[in-house]
Formats: sequence, C-alpha cells, structure tokens
Amino acid sequence: MRDVAIVGVSMIKFGRYPEKQVHELGAQAALLALKDAGVTMKDIEIMTSGNLYQASAMVGQRILREIGQTGIPVINVANACATGSTAFREAYMSIGSGAYDTALAVGSEQMGKMGLLGGGGGGGGGGISPEGIVGSGLMPAVFGQAGAEHMRKYGTTQEHFAKIAVKNHKHSIHNPYAQYQVEMSLEDVMNARVIAWPNTLYMCCPTGDGAAAAVLMSMEKAKQYTTTPIKVAASVLTSDPWSQRDLTLPDVNTLTRNAAKEAYETAGIEPDDLDLVELHDCFATAELLHYENLGLCGEGEAGRMIDEGETTIGGRIPVAPSGGLLSKGHPLGATGVANICEVVWHLRGQAGDRQVEGAKVGLAHVIGLGSACTINVMQK
Amino acid sequence: MAEADTGTAGKKEIPILPFLRLGEKAGDAAYLFGSKCTSCGATYLGSRMACSKCCSTDPMEDIRLSDHGELHVFSIVHQSAPGIPTPYVAAIVDLPEGVSVRCNIEGVEPDPKNLKFGMPVEMYTEKVHTDSDGNDIIAFKFRPVNGK
Ligand SMILES: [Zn+2]
Repeated sequence: MRDVAIVGVSMIKFGRYPEKQVHELGAQAALLALKDAGVTMKDIEIMTSGNLYQASAMVGQRILREIGQTGIPVINVANACATGSTAFREAYMSIGSGAYDTALAVGSEQMGKMGLLGGGGGGGGGGISPEGIVGSGLMPAVFGQAGAEHMRKYGTTQEHFAKIAVKNHKHSIHNPYAQYQVEMSLEDVMNARVIAWPNTLYMCCPTGDGAAAAVLMSMEKAKQYTTTPIKVAASVLTSDPWSQRDLTLPDVNTLTRNAAKEAYETAGIEPDDLDLVELHDCFATAELLHYENLGLCGEGEAGRMIDEGETTIGGRIPVAPSGGLLSKGHPLGATGVANICEVVWHLRGQAGDRQVEGAKVGLAHVIGLGSACTINVMQK
Repeated sequence: MAEADTGTAGKKEIPILPFLRLGEKAGDAAYLFGSKCTSCGATYLGSRMACSKCCSTDPMEDIRLSDHGELHVFSIVHQSAPGIPTPYVAAIVDLPEGVSVRCNIEGVEPDPKNLKFGMPVEMYTEKVHTDSDGNDIIAFKFRPVNGK
C-alpha cells in the first residue's frame, strides 16, 4: 500500500434540514471539501458515498448530478454506523492500491426523527415483533447492557458514565458544527430521564441530519497541492469475530480491539503516541468501554480515567474534543467522515477554541452495530 | 398450555421465535432448543447452517436448553419504538449449555435495585398476542427464582 494523504475536509453543522434532500447535504459538504483541497470535480478520479437510510437511492450519483458529472466510478456504501468511515476507507484503498490518484469520500444522512431505534430484533411468529416482549435488540438497550457488563466486571457506576457525557457536552460549546452546544452539570445528566439504564437522555446521542466529505490523494500528488498533507497512517475495517454471547448481545469490544491492534501495528505507533481521539460515543457507556478497547488505559481503568479527567481537552489524551456524537450528533452515514474531519482540523491547528495544542497524531474510531468497526489513524 | 383442539377450527399456538418449542400435546413443557457443533463444541440458540466459531459444516447436534439460567446483564428500557410498553427489563440470560438468550425479566419492578448480576432466573411461557386467524402467539420470559 502506498502512502495516502488527506488534502481537503469539510462538514456541515449537524442538525435538522427537513427542507433539503440528503444529496443536497452531501453536495454541500463535497463542494466545501473540494474547495479546501483546492481542486474541482474535474480532478477527482473516483467517488465513494456513505449513506444508510437511503442505501438503495444512488446517493453518490445524485450528489455528482449537483456538483459535476464526469463519468467517474461511484461506490455507494452502507455499513450501519460505520457507513461513512467505510466509504472513506474505500477511497483510501482505491488510492493506496495505486489504481487512482485522487478520490472524494462523502458521508451524508437524513434521519428525521426515526433515529437510533431503527434496526430491531427481527420478525417473530404471527406477525408480531418480539421487540419489548423478548428483550430488546434496539441500540439503547444493547449499549445499556454493554455498559452493565463493565459495571458487573469492574464495579463501574452510572456516575462514571454520566461524567463522560458531562465532558463531551463541555467540549461541544466550542464546536460550531455540533448539533447541541450546551454545557451540563453531573446533576443535569444524572437527573435526566432514563432512556435505557444506565444511560439517561443526555448520555444518548441525538439523531439528525448532516454531511461531511474528504478529498484524498496519493502522498506524491498531495504535495503538489498542499504543504500540510495529513497522512492516513492506517485505515482498518473489521467485523465481529465469533465470541460467546455475540449473537445475543452484540460484542462491541472484540472487533474494536482487533481493529486497534492492526491500526497501531500498521501506523507503527503505541496508544501513548496519540494526541487526540474521536471515538464512537453513541452512548456514554460506549465511550468508557472504548478507552480500554483502544488501549488508552489498562483493563478496568476506564472509570479512573474519566474520574481523573485524563480524556478532557488539556488532559493526558483528549477524547471527543468535538463534543463527540453525544453533542455533535450522529447522522449515521456522515459520522465517520466527520470524525476524520475533526482529527484533521486538530492536526492542522484549525480547531479554534477546542484545539488540542500541538496535536501530531490522531485516531478516529467508529463502530456500526451488527457489526463493523473502522479505525483511521491520521498523522501530521 | 392450551388444549390441542377445543373445536375452535384450526386454532393453534405459535411460538414468537423459532427456537421456542411448544409441547406437541397438552401438558408438555415448552423449551428453548439450540444446536451444538460436533467439531468444536460451540453451542448456539436455535438451528444453524454451519458453525460460526470453527466454520465446520458438519451437521449440528440438536440440544434441549435448560429452563434455568443466570442473569448476565440487563438494561431498564424507558423509551422504545412506538407501541412498545415501557418500562421493562431487557436482559441477557446465560444458560448452563453455554448459550445466551435475550429476554424480558418479569416478576420484579423494573428498577436496578431489584436485579443482581448473576442472580438465578427461570423460564416460563405465556400468551402475548392473538393473530388475525385467532392463533395464540406464545412468548418465553424469565423471572427470578423464588424471588431471590
Ligand atoms: Zn464449531
């Protein structure tokens, strides 16, 4: 695999855009990323487009009808919450393999009010859904149970999870692209209504609409366009390997651990080398698990890590300086590209008041239930 | 269990999920069934085409799963999809055969203080729905053993 660089990134503020169509959101982000890279659609040789809810609607081609139809190959990608980051990785692979020199990756989603309750436990006999009768296959319960596993194993408390939400909401106030920019106290988070114990309302990411885009080039070509190419040091995709309870309680840990191990090896770094992490905090419980899954701390130490503020901006390893999915929002297809965009902004020193000072290496992690995990490591 | 045929023409009991087996005649206990890989011993809920642990395609052994297990973890769901009553306890129960099952825990108020990781639970079945043909839809649920 030859070296691949990110030359342009962008995202639009996540939120609700009921007056727009999803490809318009994607087109908006794409144009901004092209401008950031200093290129036009005429320079792009392949496009990948991540969208989940309208996966059959050829969203990538519809975006190109808005911004430039040059007849290039377009790959439409659906991979649950890892949809956008998988599209990014397809663009990376296209260039890394030597087949193309310039690629555009776009992630877009319009969720309306449907949100994370989609994708239930499958149909039952007699035309009645087993959801709510035979447990729950919906994300709030699954991530509640995944958090409960950590409680059972290490004595982690609901307050530990709540502190994650407090941190991310605090980070969000400096991110103009975040759907919500509201600081909250521990009491606010703990006293909010419970969605699926142990997660309360403010420990669950909002649903919404949004788009993000990235322009990738071979490192050789990137140097013709910018003096600050951001190297993609690793781009890894895993699915869930067999584990004892995976078919009942989706295992969000093992595939993240596998992806992290491969990413660190490929990039030639250790977790300690990371200056910032954007990870998949779809629920506060998830972020805490991923501290250990990504090797940011030892086994069972995630609770201590949040207690001691190690993952706050200014701490040992800032996590979710963007405010995370909890505040920034989680338009499924856009999320993975937006995480990469955030990391790139920090490595370029363009993250404004939330800037992680001197950031040189950053990691973006996404997990889609069912399951798909991507980890992208970016280096200055 | 309902009687096999009480004259309500064609009225049947239908399991809500395919791995719940209802008794063939009145008085038979319902049970969950699973399959066991004859190569590596991995166990699964319900039937399977092949073993996802070792990839063996040899025929699986059909196994009858215990109706007693232990509560692995749970969540208390307070908000769900439209039409689904809340709150309720959404749990993962481990059965001694090495199989985990997703289920509701009934018989306790849905509050974390009433539930303990590892507590013994037992399965029971009940009618949860009548379909448009008048068939009874039967679901399995779990409850704490002797209120422990
Ligand atoms: Zn096997």
